[in-house]
Amino acid sequence: MVDVALADSGLAEAEARYRSLHARERWRRRILPVAGVAGFIGFWAALVYILKVPPFVAPSPVAVVQKLIEEFPKLMGNLAPTVIEAISGFMLGNLAAIVIATAFVHKKSLEDAFFPIVVLINTIPVVAKAPILVLLLGNGMEPKIAIAALICFFPTLVNMVRGLESVNPQAMELMRVLSASKAEVFFKLRLQNSLPYLFSALKIAASTAVIGAIVGEWIGSTVGIGALIIQSMYAFDSAMLYATVIVGSTFSVLFFLSITLIERMLVRWKPPVVA
Amino acid sequence: MLADATAVDCRDLTVRFITERRTVTALERVTFTLERGGFLALLGPSGCGKSTLLRVVADLLPPTNGTISVLGVRPEEARRQRALGFVFQDAALLPWRTALQNVELPLEVGGGAASLPKGAPTPRELLKLVGLDGWEASFPHELSGGMRQRVAIARALVSAPRILLMDEPFGALDEITRDRLNEELRRVWQQTRTTILFVTHSVYESIFLGEKVLVLAANPGRVKKMITTDLPKARDLSIRETEPFVRLAAELRQTLGS
Repeated sequence: MVDVALADSGLAEAEARYRSLHARERWRRRILPVAGVAGFIGFWAALVYILKVPPFVAPSPVAVVQKLIEEFPKLMGNLAPTVIEAISGFMLGNLAAIVIATAFVHKKSLEDAFFPIVVLINTIPVVAKAPILVLLLGNGMEPKIAIAALICFFPTLVNMVRGLESVNPQAMELMRVLSASKAEVFFKLRLQNSLPYLFSALKIAASTAVIGAIVGEWIGSTVGIGALIIQSMYAFDSAMLYATVIVGSTFSVLFFLSITLIERMLVRWKPPVVA
Repeated sequence: MLADATAVDCRDLTVRFITERRTVTALERVTFTLERGGFLALLGPSGCGKSTLLRVVADLLPPTNGTISVLGVRPEEARRQRALGFVFQDAALLPWRTALQNVELPLEVGGGAASLPKGAPTPRELLKLVGLDGWEASFPHELSGGMRQRVAIARALVSAPRILLMDEPFGALDEITRDRLNEELRRVWQQTRTTILFVTHSVYESIFLGEKVLVLAANPGRVKKMITTDLPKARDLSIRETEPFVRLAAELRQTLGS
């Protein structure tokens, strides 16, 4: 094989050309997003400088970075409760969704009776749910966890039910020919089948859980990213406001990425198209 | 009890599907027998109920009327004794399992490993039998359509079934792959001595594979004719050019058309 390739210099040249083109393409794809972000920050800095925007309206990027460094302990101190609330809510909401989806799939009458209630609760906007839960659960972490959980719950429930039910009908027939028990059908077929559906919901939930926790902190809270956002807004401390937002969204992105990483480890196969 | 019975004995079998709009008669008074170790091809146009018939044998559908015994007992009993293997039109492999893990599935469910007779071929041996030596660790999406069907056949054979039910297993494959798999299925049948009930809508496939061909007509599905092919047991695809084969094909086509 090698001899043939060496003899055919035209082919070797074409391969080399293809590889160098491919390498350049890879670099392009890495550099362009970085250049885009850098350009955006530069544009922002220029705008603030040229238009002489007062610091209580919008800060310059430099001021934001300074705040990030100066107030790092304070930012991290306020991030901690938000992280705890978001992750606890994420776990609670998704666990409940998975358990209820399993019950729905095994008992259709349960689904018919309770699904409308679930849809009804989901139609209430988060900002409206938050005061109700604060009244119910007090002013600690509990209402924030509850909001984060509620916001995760619905997409996961819907996707999980679909994932558990959308099993290849012939695979179901196969399990019947094999006289498989209900538990075997669930663990060997339905649960495995639901994983891609579950993870597409978990990825959405990872960012919405953080939103839920932050919105919860807006109402009468003294600690957390949400509280810090409100405080900096009322103090017209725009640099602190931006720094807080950056910290919150960085956590959100990291949360999302870790879910993606777990998905890659657990779902090794190519699923059919997940709508 | 199972040993001395015919493989499938079907008498006046009728299956109706009742829906809100109308009642469809899928099978009307179907009668036939399939002896143990036989290879029967079910041939008919779409809508003649051949897949329905296979599903009644496999206890996936209850008959409306008539009697059916599988290995001398009710289909449900035969299924519980894990006497049946089923190969679907779409290979229906579990995409998160490798080829080998897919073949192992029947041993993991329904008390599979316990009911296995001594000396039954292992999943690895079966993959070798269907020509997939070296593909054990591949996932279904890495295999071609023909290879996936071979895995499905190995999976159906792993529980050492007395009857293998095949529902147009090669229907979605290209002709070249289909021809090769037809030859291999004959070989597998001769090696395993399993009874096979094979649904197809290809005249050539039915004659090449079946020792007997049961021709069904549509609307409602009913038996038109049972034909014994009487071709040499050891055969390859060249048999399709021989005179007896051509005559059988003409006869079958005429039966289907009338």
